[in-house]
Amino acid sequence: MNKAMHGIKTTQKHFAAKPSFLRAVFAIVWKDVQAEYRSLELVSAMLVFSLLVIIIFNFALDLDPKMRQTVTAGVLWTTFAFAGTLGLNRSMAIEKDRGCLDGLLLAPVDRSAIYFGKAISNLAFMLVVEAIVLPVYSVLYNTNLFQPGLLMVILLGSIGYVGVGTLLATMSVQTRTRDILLSILLFPVVLPVLLPAIIASNGFLAGVELADILFSIGLLVAYDVIFIAVAFMVFDSVVEE
Amino acid sequence: MQPKPVALKVLDVASIILLAISTYLALVFAPTELVMGDVQRVFYFHIGTAWTALLGFILAAVFSVVYLVRKDLKWDRLQVAAIEVSLVFFLITIVLGSIWARPAWNTWWTWDPRLTTAAVTELIYVAYFMLRQGIDDPDRRARFGAVYALIGGLSAPITFFAIRLFRTIHPVVIGGTNPEADGGFSMTADMRVAFFFALFAFTVVFIDLFWNRIRLGDLQDKVEQLKLKVSM
Repeated sequence: MNKAMHGIKTTQKHFAAKPSFLRAVFAIVWKDVQAEYRSLELVSAMLVFSLLVIIIFNFALDLDPKMRQTVTAGVLWTTFAFAGTLGLNRSMAIEKDRGCLDGLLLAPVDRSAIYFGKAISNLAFMLVVEAIVLPVYSVLYNTNLFQPGLLMVILLGSIGYVGVGTLLATMSVQTRTRDILLSILLFPVVLPVLLPAIIASNGFLAGVELADILFSIGLLVAYDVIFIAVAFMVFDSVVEE
Repeated sequence: MQPKPVALKVLDVASIILLAISTYLALVFAPTELVMGDVQRVFYFHIGTAWTALLGFILAAVFSVVYLVRKDLKWDRLQVAAIEVSLVFFLITIVLGSIWARPAWNTWWTWDPRLTTAAVTELIYVAYFMLRQGIDDPDRRARFGAVYALIGGLSAPITFFAIRLFRTIHPVVIGGTNPEADGGFSMTADMRVAFFFALFAFTVVFIDLFWNRIRLGDLQDKVEQLKLKVSM
């Protein structure tokens, strides 16, 4: 009898023990990373698309050495922004299509853990793509893009972009016009990330003094903080059934 | 069907009269500006529509928050009404500004912070309606609309500050001077009368349209429900 009671107690304890927030976030990231590692669907599509965009820019802007100095930051950020929507759309569409999102919602974890999990894995994929595009661009156009300042701006910009993008992609995959909607929703509201990111990147590439770039970086950080906080607060109403 | 409330009918008539008076004040009563000439007269309507459109966008962001907290569809109807009227008013602002810019700045359009932010804001709220159009379930439509209007409402001012990183040539006529601005002027007493009357008139017109649009939203809602009843 005593033993049985003990058994029930431990099972209750087992069920009652909610996974901690961080563990839930990590579990979602790990799931995405594993799925991506096996299929390489997302990263490969984003990567090939990025390279194509850079090639198109080469012809559209005639990237001769003089031109390159002024447009490199713009070309890079346009490439990242376009490739980013591709990844975000796909990453949320996978969840929606096979009912995985419903499964995630059934899990006894805070809903915002799903948001942070998806956002972190999306960010990871985006950074992987950027990590390959940057050296390729450096080699193709013979410019050194590996400057700590520039890398920091790219990281900050990608965080803001993915932070809002994950929220909007979660909405857009639940609509009828999902394939075309994300970029239309995302680009106008993500402009305050792209603008300071381009200005700061340009500044670092042109060797401008740090004090002149600081305002752009401040804007980037402010945007990241504000929008991730808002996304965290409203994510519940985006996945509610 | 409910008849139109008397107060709304009165407001309809009042806004037509006010708009007529405001047109007279702007086109005839106010003195001609010395440098820019008659084209400066679009200024009264330019600011009138801009101020009410911004008011509507701010209201919409507030309604988003209230809706997300209360989950009452009434707030969603208020939000759609505010954004729809503001979208039209803001388009008028941009077109009037463009007409003014042609002689004053010698170009229809320039990538100045205010102009760019205006264009982006307009696009944000067009996207808002495209988002709503793709969703059938009214509750989900309301939730997504509220979230997007909130994000858009936060993003637009940051866009403005971000573009301020570049220089501006847009004049600040009320409060504040920018030495690099072009096309600025100081108002005479008669201009001020026309200006404040235009602000007042457009505020009344906005409230009138806003109210009418809310009523339309309520009626649409009723039609939906009746349709559901008939089909069941």
